[in-house]
Amino acid sequence: MIGKRLELPGYALLAVFGVLAPLVFPAYVQQIAMLWIMIVFALTWDTMGGQMGYNSLGNIFFFGAGMYIAAVCQIWPWYDVGEYTDPSGSLTTSFTTDQYFLGLALGVVLAAVGSVVLAALFGLIVFGLRGPYFAIGTLGMAIAAGELIGAWDWIGGGGGIRLPVFPSGTDADPLFRVPFGDIHSADLQGVFFYWTCFVLAVLTFVFLRWLYRTRFGLMLNAIRDDETKAEALGVRTQLYKTVAWSISAFFLGISGALFGNIIGFMEPLEVAFPTVTFGIFMVLMALLGGKGTLWGPVIGATLFHIIKEVTWTHLLGWQWVVLGLLIVVTVVFFQQGIVGWLQERRPEWFGIEVDRGTAGQRADAEAAEALEAALEDTGGPAREPAR
Amino acid sequence: MTALIEVDNVSKSFGGVVANNAIGLDVEEGSITGLIGPNGSGKTTLFNSIVGFHPIDSGSIRFEGREISNLRVPQIARLGMLRTFQQTRIFRKLNCVENMHAALSHRGGTFRSMFAKKSGQAEERAEGLLDFVGLYQKRKLRAGDLSFGQQKLLEFAMALMNEPKVLLLDEPTAGINPTLINGLIDRLRLANDRFGVTLFVIEHNMRVIMNLAEHIYCLAHGELLADGPPDELRNDQRVIDAYLGAH
Repeated sequence: MIGKRLELPGYALLAVFGVLAPLVFPAYVQQIAMLWIMIVFALTWDTMGGQMGYNSLGNIFFFGAGMYIAAVCQIWPWYDVGEYTDPSGSLTTSFTTDQYFLGLALGVVLAAVGSVVLAALFGLIVFGLRGPYFAIGTLGMAIAAGELIGAWDWIGGGGGIRLPVFPSGTDADPLFRVPFGDIHSADLQGVFFYWTCFVLAVLTFVFLRWLYRTRFGLMLNAIRDDETKAEALGVRTQLYKTVAWSISAFFLGISGALFGNIIGFMEPLEVAFPTVTFGIFMVLMALLGGKGTLWGPVIGATLFHIIKEVTWTHLLGWQWVVLGLLIVVTVVFFQQGIVGWLQERRPEWFGIEVDRGTAGQRADAEAAEALEAALEDTGGPAREPAR
Repeated sequence: MTALIEVDNVSKSFGGVVANNAIGLDVEEGSITGLIGPNGSGKTTLFNSIVGFHPIDSGSIRFEGREISNLRVPQIARLGMLRTFQQTRIFRKLNCVENMHAALSHRGGTFRSMFAKKSGQAEERAEGLLDFVGLYQKRKLRAGDLSFGQQKLLEFAMALMNEPKVLLLDEPTAGINPTLINGLIDRLRLANDRFGVTLFVIEHNMRVIMNLAEHIYCLAHGELLADGPPDELRNDQRVIDAYLGAH
């Protein structure tokens, strides 16, 4: 099985790249950090869309929710949130290193927990829907959230929130600076969030890899293949669907909390709930790499991110055309994605057995023989002719 | 013998069509009970009502003495009443062994057990049951690649994997190759005999059901027409008329 043999070198390659990238490509730290977030997007979308067969267009909701929850947690222990976000900007603020990192830690944790709670709540409503209705229902949820947040002045409304500034060089804790040497504080911020994004992507991947090998993963696949049958076997489908969505939301919430701090500013429509950019990208990346597989989303996200960054840099003005073409080609001609295509062409690489030789009549004749052979072994009752 | 399923005065209409009208029947524990009737006589509707697929208009359905007409499909399945489908339903992209694992009972599962690893014990049982239906050689094949007959056998093995008390089979031999039918009937009888699973079977193939069942109910136009042992029913003029269309 080549798939098994490739797995270990694959991990090694990614780990080496992940660790060395900020040192080898210091100019691209933020782009590569973004790659890890994209991988988290694709992986968590695939838990729903690929493994469970529920194509959510609203997963971006948890990204935005996490971002806002984290922002409030970072401000609220030290300043009045309403005053802080007041557009007149009368309040002057400064955060000490301790305040910054305490707020950030609290923000990340509560972003994750809050997103899980929201997933469980909204799951009660949207999991009554199936197929395209689920896709549209979740899309509506994300769009509505963006509009509602835009009307909520306490957290900045449409004007958004600027996040606490990363502690500057002089102020930063010496202990914290040691591993990075004496670098500029903007670079320090880049490197710090690079590492948190990398760790998040690794944790997401390792967790899902474990999850897909448990009974839970099997039940997700069962729900994808035939939910009615799963119910007929006594599966608590609503519970499984809700937990799967909560898992997606957990990691997406954290990714939102980190992304907000990387950008340093958030507003509801373009940054926090970007349904037409990140919301669609996560679907496209999972499809491109191969939905319903563990590695597909990772490969898809990497390829997509490279295409996106290259077109944004070298084909400016045409980047949306290229992206549109990519979506059309993937959806129309290449639905199984890269890993899915490989599984079809080379099933033996993945340990999948196929039986191309027998079909229909011959298969039935074979099955009848096998049945009779098994019956002789077990010494069943004497048969009466049935026809 | 005690009644495992008690259907009492159950009615179900779809719009103006009365699919079931005041049906009453009992399925004895440990028995093989048949349900026959011409097309459109309401057999599958009755099955759907019993397993909680849709609510009933009136009447009562009891399983082991407990009222279940207000429960939903998964809850009833966890009580130990399982059904198979007329058009087979299996998990197409999973292989046979994975299908069997997915069919393991969800009775009394805790939150932690959702995340359990596949146990070796279950694996052994899955392979044993696949062997029982003659699918051992195909156990690593994707279920969607099996023939229709093999899929029916797999669905039956999955039902046994779930360890139900009673199994409702909707036309187990319909649409499968005649060479498989004998083997399937033997398997049904063995399941009843050896695993003690009560069977309630809808069947159109008269020879199959007359051979298999101990007691048969006959529906026509949504009403219970007759019931009795196979020999008695075979000669019942009302049953013959229903099938031949006399009024």
